[in-house]
Amino acid sequence: MSYYLAMIGTQDNPIYELEFGSFRQGNDGTSKFNPEMKELNPFILHAALDIIEDVQWETNTLYLKAIDNFYGHLISAYVTPGNVKFLLLHETKNEEAIRHFFTDINDLYVKVLLSPFYNANDPIISPSFDVKVKTLAKKYL
Amino acid sequence: MSKTIKATADDIWKNKVEKINSELFTLTYGSVVAQLCRDFHNDYVQVNAQLERMGFNIGIRLIEDFLARTGLGRCQSFKETAEVVSKIGFKIFLNVVPLVTNWSGDGKQFSLVLEENPLAEFVELPQDDKASRALWYSNVLVGVLKGALQMVQLEVDVAFVKDVLRGDDATEIRLKLIKVLRDEVPAGED
Repeated sequence: MSYYLAMIGTQDNPIYELEFGSFRQGNDGTSKFNPEMKELNPFILHAALDIIEDVQWETNTLYLKAIDNFYGHLISAYVTPGNVKFLLLHETKNEEAIRHFFTDINDLYVKVLLSPFYNANDPIISPSFDVKVKTLAKKYL
Repeated sequence: MSKTIKATADDIWKNKVEKINSELFTLTYGSVVAQLCRDFHNDYVQVNAQLERMGFNIGIRLIEDFLARTGLGRCQSFKETAEVVSKIGFKIFLNVVPLVTNWSGDGKQFSLVLEENPLAEFVELPQDDKASRALWYSNVLVGVLKGALQMVQLEVDVAFVKDVLRGDDATEIRLKLIKVLRDEVPAGED
């Protein structure tokens, strides 16, 4: 199974993206999107932003569950209180695991934000953040 | 002796020190450093110097406060100074006790190794190579130590040699005693 994660800043600008695969069932964590799909991933997630803008005001929770789909791929979303959006493209329904994944990513994001050299909406280029996100992906998905 | 030092420090930390929220403190220092970096257009050598100057100004005031709180007398040796700086100074102002280590043979140089650094929590240096080679993020401490020790007639050379932020295994400050300043009689007084 393959996943594509994107974090979108408050100006609808991408600040982080990661493509990864599951470690479950003997998979090695590499994504198996075919080349056409790879190119489409960012577009699919950006298309979902409009839906988020509708849905986010109808609920009190940060986790919006699966809000959109694209030919069998689901898109789950999480909106931080600061209106940064986390989007995950995935193939099977797995609400609880994704909820934990997003919550922990939010914690990591807050830590990045607390670093004095990071400005809100800058791309996140910290290698340690990258490593930690991958660890979380391995843990939950 | 070292036990009583620890007990005094704990007592002062518990009863005589006003505490503030550590995140407020860390973020305040962080924004000062980040702003300096912007002001000097990432000329990190200048930023280091500026932080040290700020620290120096803190140090020469802080020592009075330190002596008033602790009621300590003059240290008998540089070794004792090292103990007091680490076990009382750092303890009551930052609530960390750096390890005093790496004494040189002549007893005039030692290192303070900080296991945790309250100034640098959450911090990641900018991703350019220049920052991780030139910037000493917590350089204010260097100035504080210099300033404070100078006010008690110790001229020391203080410098960071390692910082975990740069990817080193520890955060280490090196102190070197240059000379003990004597109270000098102004010219024409005798």
